Amino acid sequence: MSNTITIDGNTVPFEDGQTIMEAATAAGVYIPHLCHHPEFTPHGSCKLCTVNVNGRNCSACTFPAMEGQNVLNNTRELTDDRRKITQMLFVEGNHLCPGCEKTGNCQLQAVAYHLNMLDNHFPHFYPSRELDASHAEVMIDHNRCIFCTLCVRASQQKDGKDVFAISGRGLNKHLIINSQSGLLKDTDLEATDEAAHICPTGAILIKRTGYQVPIGERIYDHKQIDQVSLETEHPRHGE
Amino acid sequence: MKQFIQDLAEKNHYQATHLLQILRAIQSRYYYVPEDAIEQLAGLLQIPRTQIISVVEFYSFFHLTPRGQYELLISDSITDHMLGKIDLTGYLAKQLNVAVGAVRDDGLVSLDNTSCTGMCDQGPAGLINGYPLTLLDRTRIDLITELINQQKPLAEWPVELFHVDDNIYKPDLLLQQQIDDGSALRTAFKRGMQETLAEIDKSGLRGRGGAGYNTAWKWHLCYEGPEEDAFCEVATHNQQQRYVVCNADEGEPGTFKDRVLLNSYAHQVFEGMTLCAAIIGAQQGFLYLRGEYLHLYDKLQSVLDQRRQAGLLGNNILNEGLNFDIEICLGAGAYICGEESALIESLEGKMGIPRNRPPYPVTQGYLGKPTVVNNVETFMAAASIAVNGGGWFAGVGTEKSKGTKILSICGDCARPGIYEYPFGTSIQSVLNDCGASDVLGIQIGGPSGTFISNQEFDRKLAFEDLATGGSFIVFNNSRNILDIVNNFTHFFAHESCGFCTPCRVGTALLKKQLDKIIEGYGSAGDVVALEELCQLIKKHSHCGLGQTAANPVLTTLERYPELYQSKLKKISYEPGFDLDGALETARRMANRNDAGAHLTQVEEES
Amino acid sequence: MASKIRVATTSLAGCFGCHMSFLDIDERMLQLAEVVEFGRSPINDIEHCTNCDIGLIEGGVCNSENVHVLREFRKNCKILVAVGACAINGGLPAMRNFIPLEECLAEAYLDGIGVENPQIPSDPELPLLLDKVRPIHEVVKIDYFLPGCPPSADVFWKFLTDLLDGREPSLSYELVHYD
Repeated sequence: MSNTITIDGNTVPFEDGQTIMEAATAAGVYIPHLCHHPEFTPHGSCKLCTVNVNGRNCSACTFPAMEGQNVLNNTRELTDDRRKITQMLFVEGNHLCPGCEKTGNCQLQAVAYHLNMLDNHFPHFYPSRELDASHAEVMIDHNRCIFCTLCVRASQQKDGKDVFAISGRGLNKHLIINSQSGLLKDTDLEATDEAAHICPTGAILIKRTGYQVPIGERIYDHKQIDQVSLETEHPRHGE
Repeated sequence: MKQFIQDLAEKNHYQATHLLQILRAIQSRYYYVPEDAIEQLAGLLQIPRTQIISVVEFYSFFHLTPRGQYELLISDSITDHMLGKIDLTGYLAKQLNVAVGAVRDDGLVSLDNTSCTGMCDQGPAGLINGYPLTLLDRTRIDLITELINQQKPLAEWPVELFHVDDNIYKPDLLLQQQIDDGSALRTAFKRGMQETLAEIDKSGLRGRGGAGYNTAWKWHLCYEGPEEDAFCEVATHNQQQRYVVCNADEGEPGTFKDRVLLNSYAHQVFEGMTLCAAIIGAQQGFLYLRGEYLHLYDKLQSVLDQRRQAGLLGNNILNEGLNFDIEICLGAGAYICGEESALIESLEGKMGIPRNRPPYPVTQGYLGKPTVVNNVETFMAAASIAVNGGGWFAGVGTEKSKGTKILSICGDCARPGIYEYPFGTSIQSVLNDCGASDVLGIQIGGPSGTFISNQEFDRKLAFEDLATGGSFIVFNNSRNILDIVNNFTHFFAHESCGFCTPCRVGTALLKKQLDKIIEGYGSAGDVVALEELCQLIKKHSHCGLGQTAANPVLTTLERYPELYQSKLKKISYEPGFDLDGALETARRMANRNDAGAHLTQVEEES
Repeated sequence: MASKIRVATTSLAGCFGCHMSFLDIDERMLQLAEVVEFGRSPINDIEHCTNCDIGLIEGGVCNSENVHVLREFRKNCKILVAVGACAINGGLPAMRNFIPLEECLAEAYLDGIGVENPQIPSDPELPLLLDKVRPIHEVVKIDYFLPGCPPSADVFWKFLTDLLDGREPSLSYELVHYD
């Protein structure tokens, strides 16, 4: 028997060992996500990729594709819930797009656009968070961190370093830096590291590269994230 | 300090898996985990400093800044509140001259709240430097204040302050018929391990932690191991490292039966673990003991020693060729570690963050090896079943819930303590036994369980009706349901590990939204918004904590909708924060108090 | 002729950029004027909002006067719309939320560089600052949100024409921006 699942009624093939996300991406089906990146071990924390598998909610990025799965992805209910989860991320941190260099290139923002999120719905926490501009070439604005751990994983798995980690519990969760001072300048991070570029939001930015592309001409200004995601995350769709 | 840390690391064989145990020792010695200690430890254990920092910041009992030499923590369980905890904490703060959440200027004492310490039948309770204080009252607080101000070492404090009672009121199948040490193992060796597993299967034993997974099946799956091992040679299969873990992270507020089982039935619990090891082929076991039960640690170690001396643990157990030993690992204040995969992470010396599943612990658990994680009571029952046979156990209970369940009963009743009941027993008969009258409702299964009203006392204790890990909290008619729900909701927000968005942000928002309603700032749409938020957290959270965190609201909203509605104002909207209070700083700095310097909370009708 | 739809607009803790963007509908304003008349708005200098169908609010809530104005709008408008980033999430003015108000006031009026005759203004005519800048949906009930900094002229046009034509307003992907 061939390996197939259905996603929103469409038959999608999968290979043994693939997650639902991988099978979907390969088939050109976009499942919204923020903490997932095909090059790194799946994390399963943002929960935007929640799909309904045979009646049960699962994270598509971590759940293995298995014969007989009937997956619901693009439903009204899931879209509504994903929008609310995105709104949670917006009120948890301080995401003030007009003042952020990442605007237009930001995946958090792009997912929100994609989900037609018009407001933040929930009351804001306005947490007090720090800025680390100590490093010569890279800066961190903790206000925009969504704890996706992509920088943690990229540093470990791609750069062969261990610059970042997530610490704390619950709403006190925060990104920490692996240096005795706790500052980025005292780490071995370089601007060419994958970890310095992987941030889906504007939390980690490369200095002196700001506004080289004008607002209005950026990635998501004219293209939706579903299209961009499939183009960049699966070679076949990028041709 | 350098030498101390060096010795500590050496004593722990430089194993990063022992990080929690090492940090416990550092915290206990220096009242915090100093930065230098982190640096040194990172080198000695060869782990990044960030792993140490993240662990320190994750667990409630570790601190990056100094706590008092006497660290006082007061249990925040709803039952402690019902016994006057707020008033007592206020008195304590006044007597000791220290604010809640703070360290006194002289560094001698610090005071704070902590999640339920598992002394609900003898509260108000607390912890001092990790050791339990029970039956707190003003007299005891005066004594404690004096002892602290005299700087008396804990060892010289009157023992009655630390006295913990078992309070077993109703023993049944398990508690009545204690087995002889070694008898379960002897019977099992005689009968054969697969045959013994068949007996456990026949008994219908399901996990006693609350989820109710079939125990025999779990052991069978662990023995089988991962799929890729299924076709390997028998010899290779037997070499596979496997682990047995006893989950004694009894953190569900209102539960304390595991404390009693470990205090008085430890042999049998360890015997159950050893039996499991014999069946699945494990050489190493762990008892993950919640940090709040530090007082049991020495006693449990001596039970383990006795068992080693009796040939029931260690190499060549009962001369049957079984090698198995048990290590006790203490937690450090994190409810989430009761979730089995979070517990395993914690055992590995990491933050207690639940893993993605699959793979399940039975195939990839501790250090990625097949691992059985069972509750204290489950192991104890398994040992009894090995001796008495599956039929003995299955003869009691209901069709889907065999045997008995040990309950921790507390709250508004005459005799709070430990009760064992055959599954299928009605709630009413439990209430009769523990001396509860004028009952408003019961929280069954702790905050993550269900609140039932006094119209439902004919319901039964059973997985198919009211499942519980053991928590059974009685509330009489003088209690306010919204206070209860509020306590539970704050508990979950405090204990959320923060891994996934719906639980991390959702539980915090839920706390805000519920506070808004309870504090009287709620208006027309606020209960609907509350319920929407509950559903979102329930549907999308990563693990059981998030999936049940909204239960207190949902189960009471279902039963008492009018209670919530009555808190709402008959207006379309009201701000969730104190508007006039938000002007306070500006008012003070501008030195104004005229009418224009104030705001009403809602627009006045003109 | 059927009576015209009454629209009121105001800017709270905003920069009037949203109003400027609204005016960018250019000649379409004439079309709009055929079916719409303006109540309180900086466009016409009417000072109070009375009996309107639609209220457009730019800016977040930073002081007591903002609260009064916002309430007046809520009370007098059938439909209240949060317009722009500041109204929706506090926007850039909310960046002061990360600094205690006490420090903000001290820096501005007491010990900042170049401050002469240091004193906190205390005239009763002056509105007092709230400790935090809030989005307007945390103070009154809001019916619609138009994101953007500012929302483009097309957003205003699409939203208003949807409403005026009796359609449920909706914004396509191109029209949704937070910057």
